[in-house]
Amino acid sequence: MSNIPADLRYAASHEWARLEADGTVTVGISDHAQEALGDVVFVELPEVGAELAAGQEAGVVESVKAASDIYTPIAGEIVAVNEALVDSPELVNADPYANWFFKVKPADAAELDKLLDADGYAAACNA
Amino acid sequence: MGQRTPLYDLHVALGAKIVDFGGWDMPLHYGSQVEEHHQVRRDCGVFDVSHMTVVDVTGSQAKAYLQHLLANDVERLQVLGKALYSGMLNEQGGVIDDLIVYLTAEGYRVVVNASTRDKDLAWMQQQSAGFDVALQHQAGLAMLAVQGPQARAKTAELVSAARAALIHELKPFQGLPEGDWFIARTGYTGEDGLEIMLPAEQAPGFLNELVGAGIAPAGLGARDTLRLEAGMNLYGQDMTEEVSPLAANMGWTIAWEPAERQFVGRAVLEAQRAAGDQPKLVGLVLEERGVLRAHQVVRVEGVGEGEITSGSFSPTLGKSIALARVPAGTGDRAEVEIRGKWFPVRVVQANFVRHGKALI
Repeated sequence: MSNIPADLRYAASHEWARLEADGTVTVGISDHAQEALGDVVFVELPEVGAELAAGQEAGVVESVKAASDIYTPIAGEIVAVNEALVDSPELVNADPYANWFFKVKPADAAELDKLLDADGYAAACNA
Repeated sequence: MGQRTPLYDLHVALGAKIVDFGGWDMPLHYGSQVEEHHQVRRDCGVFDVSHMTVVDVTGSQAKAYLQHLLANDVERLQVLGKALYSGMLNEQGGVIDDLIVYLTAEGYRVVVNASTRDKDLAWMQQQSAGFDVALQHQAGLAMLAVQGPQARAKTAELVSAARAALIHELKPFQGLPEGDWFIARTGYTGEDGLEIMLPAEQAPGFLNELVGAGIAPAGLGARDTLRLEAGMNLYGQDMTEEVSPLAANMGWTIAWEPAERQFVGRAVLEAQRAAGDQPKLVGLVLEERGVLRAHQVVRVEGVGEGEITSGSFSPTLGKSIALARVPAGTGDRAEVEIRGKWFPVRVVQANFVRHGKALI
């Protein structure tokens, strides 16, 4: 059974999102996603400054097994990316909730409420 | 639910992630396929390969039959237990399967793939018409592959004195029986190691002992990256019934001499050889970040196009590698299309890592 922290929000495409005190939203991929991918060997991050719509492609995560697109669960501007993942992609497997992919300055923070909560995401994973 | 080997319950107990492989429920990994890969390269690991198909060939014309059936020539097997790698071709020169054949006291032991079992057995039976030969599918055997530089030493400590002595004496690419086991110094990883065939009911106990002795269980994921680094073909990807062995880096497995040996597919292969019209299977190395995958398009400037047949990340080299079928005139550079972008790749011999050492 994968780990689904109760304090995060989730997209059905397996990203997690967390609203930070400074108003930005941190995004990563879920434990379920890293488990399904297997050993991550390559991460491609979005450009800082890019303006993305909700659900738009924001990078790629490749495991030994497969490549998977990463989508931003919330619209806004990319304000930071986690460069550590470029050199050490295996961090995603080690702790998918500590090792975030990018931070978004949301166009509308209320969009977060449209994402799944932990129970909703758990149900989506088991569907 | 797919077919299961006698070790299925033990795989689950060991924490395996199970996937479908050619109709079989097999372990993909037991946590991390990259860790399992390194374990085999640096020490040793054990794979369940019980899904593979063992067929014993006996009878007064066993040799003549296999000289007809296989592109390689079993006449080359002069020492008891010696093994030979060969393609089994159809009349069009396509590869029905690749296999290993061992010379045994009673005749020959042939090991073919799992996903091709039914068509292989049917083809072998059909081709046996007119030969005094008996084919016995040994469905009651399990098979474990213990692979890595420490595989033989560690395995020898866990078995009877007679089996340990055999393990020490076996030459590379040789397999011999000991009691109801058949122990071979063969594998699919590019490392030293053993493939052990044993009665199915003994397999869980033996795998438990191997794992208890610190030999890590390894799944199909690591098996695939290990064989890819070793430049070994995977049936269904790097060769198929539509592909000539000449286009699958298997030219060395075709025994052209003696010229009068009429093996199945020979006429077509001779015409292909004379025409020089076959593409070639090469290795590719991506120096940039990214992962080469099967079916990506390869472009060779001024020469033409090809396709990746197997691609992955190489844990040993820390970069992506692939096998690709490209035009014969391909030099040492090419480009591969990855998600709409073209990346330069180096073209190398299809052999990236042997005995733990990078070859590229």
